[in-house]
Amino acid sequence: MAYNDEQLAVMESIIARYPRKRSAIMPLLHYGQSITGYVNNEAIEVIAQLLELETAEVTAVSTFYTQYKRQAVGEYHVGVCTNTLCAVMGGDAIFAGLKEHLGVENDGVTADGKVSLEHIECNAACDYAPVVMANWEFYDNQTVQSAKDLVDSMRAGNPKPPTRGPNKLVTWKEASAVLAGLNDGLANEGVQAGEPTLLGLKLSKEGK
Amino acid sequence: MTKLAPVLSAHWDEKDSFTIEAYKRHGGYTASAKALAMDPDAVIQLIKDSGLRGRGGAGFPTGMKWGFIPQGDNKDHYLVVNADESEPGTCKDTPLLMANPHVLIEGCIIAAHAIRAKHAFIYIRGEVTHVVRRMNQAIADAYAAGLLGHGVELVLHVGAGAYICGEETALLDSLEGFRGQPRLRPPFPAIAGLYARPTVVNNVESIASVPAIVANGADWYQSMGTEKSKGTTLYSLSGHVANPGQFEAPLGITLREILELSGGIRKGHNLKFWTPGGSSTPLFTDAHLDVPLDYEGVAGAGSMLGTKALQIFDETTCVVRAVLRWTEFYKHESCGKCTPCREGTWWLVQILRDLEIGKGTEADLAKLLDLCDNILGRSFCALGDGATSPITSSIKYFRDEYIAHVTNGACPFDPIASTLFEGADA
Repeated sequence: MAYNDEQLAVMESIIARYPRKRSAIMPLLHYGQSITGYVNNEAIEVIAQLLELETAEVTAVSTFYTQYKRQAVGEYHVGVCTNTLCAVMGGDAIFAGLKEHLGVENDGVTADGKVSLEHIECNAACDYAPVVMANWEFYDNQTVQSAKDLVDSMRAGNPKPPTRGPNKLVTWKEASAVLAGLNDGLANEGVQAGEPTLLGLKLSKEGK
Repeated sequence: MTKLAPVLSAHWDEKDSFTIEAYKRHGGYTASAKALAMDPDAVIQLIKDSGLRGRGGAGFPTGMKWGFIPQGDNKDHYLVVNADESEPGTCKDTPLLMANPHVLIEGCIIAAHAIRAKHAFIYIRGEVTHVVRRMNQAIADAYAAGLLGHGVELVLHVGAGAYICGEETALLDSLEGFRGQPRLRPPFPAIAGLYARPTVVNNVESIASVPAIVANGADWYQSMGTEKSKGTTLYSLSGHVANPGQFEAPLGITLREILELSGGIRKGHNLKFWTPGGSSTPLFTDAHLDVPLDYEGVAGAGSMLGTKALQIFDETTCVVRAVLRWTEFYKHESCGKCTPCREGTWWLVQILRDLEIGKGTEADLAKLLDLCDNILGRSFCALGDGATSPITSSIKYFRDEYIAHVTNGACPFDPIASTLFEGADA
């Protein structure tokens, strides 16, 4: 599938954000993932042409960053935090439970293409541990069972909403467009903060 | 007893706190109007006088950093905000931006004016879709309100999953469109940063602290905190505690005080070890409950204030397992540029894996320390240094536990006991 004029115009608008166009390489790679679900060779070639780079230079950047995938992930890409704190609090058990439940290993995709699984590093939500991410949206305070229920809801085509995010979980491709800097109009949905975020403020108002 | 002091977090409990309307309701964007009417040098002096120090880990005085930018050099200057929050345990900037992105935008307007920059960038980690939405919406709303675009352009740049890009020079390479690998310093970013132009790189919390300082004055900010660590800051409590969360307090509060006001360690358990500022800061134990959590206090006790990420582990946690997992993280995130870090972290993992499953020997402890000695101070950037912190500090405080793995021939801990659901398949 070739990039059409509309898509190329979006890419030009991304490039226009920066004083020097090479800086646009990362959002353009996110944008490529929003079209094809992963960074395919065509995305590399188009980005190289637009930025006047060699394809090897674009490939070198795309392979440095773990969020850029070189093969398809699921419609819902699930990451289980197994860095120390989440792992100890239950992340290891959740990750093991999901591998068994989905019948996939790390970086695996279910046969229906709905769910892929990855163990991830600290995602800056330690006060909500154990944390699971889906398409990089927060699912806080998970258990083995709640994580299984979550992926079941994805496979049934009706994913549970994030705990701190929009009212509905967007797809991997849609989330990639957000990461490319495109506005999907959902910024005002969802809570401004969860309970742990507000705990200190609440206690302060109680005089502590 | 130190009292909590919400400044950054003061209005987070309002449902629409992230909107421009809510921000303006509490005086938002009046500080930037005030600052824009001031001479840039006067703004820098004000921040110097406030005593504000970098909240990203190093604690460098923010105003002094701004003052390093050469003036009248006819070069473009850049402001870059480091929102690549990825240090294990660190979870302050992400909730801040989700609840109040506008305070960062206002801080950027003030800081860009002070250092005479026409372009500002916020480099945010890519694994937080909703925060990216909120931040971009806030930027769009600030443009629509005429707050941006007249003197300063602000662009949100989204990363793609590389811890090393939290290192300021790796961040700059990444922002320029390269693999994110650290640069040799000098030259420092203040002289040759983004596009080889004078650049200030500040943490989110540092820049977000600026509007309140401009609004309320340096004396007000100076009135909080300790002698050399002024103001308030976000302490992030996580792990085996009754109530985890964000606690904004004057610098110098202790972990004992935070635990007392928040409900303590989880019921029926005791504190075993903790990090004062993320996994790169040497571990503390229950002997350090009264260490003042400011830059000097924590350093004086042998660790670093870092990002004030208080990760708490109780007696059910195997310290070898905890340290192994952090070490696997550093190995994975090592950018590969320099040999001590790239090769060293790989070997640290091999040895720790053997030790954790009881296949190590006592001589392995000496080997670990020797490896750490060859990484610390010999790596290109602080990632290598940080990788040694959990290892050397855990061997210092818990040598017996490492030895127990050797003599038992297995890990003496039940990992289920340390989970929140304690074995119940919840």
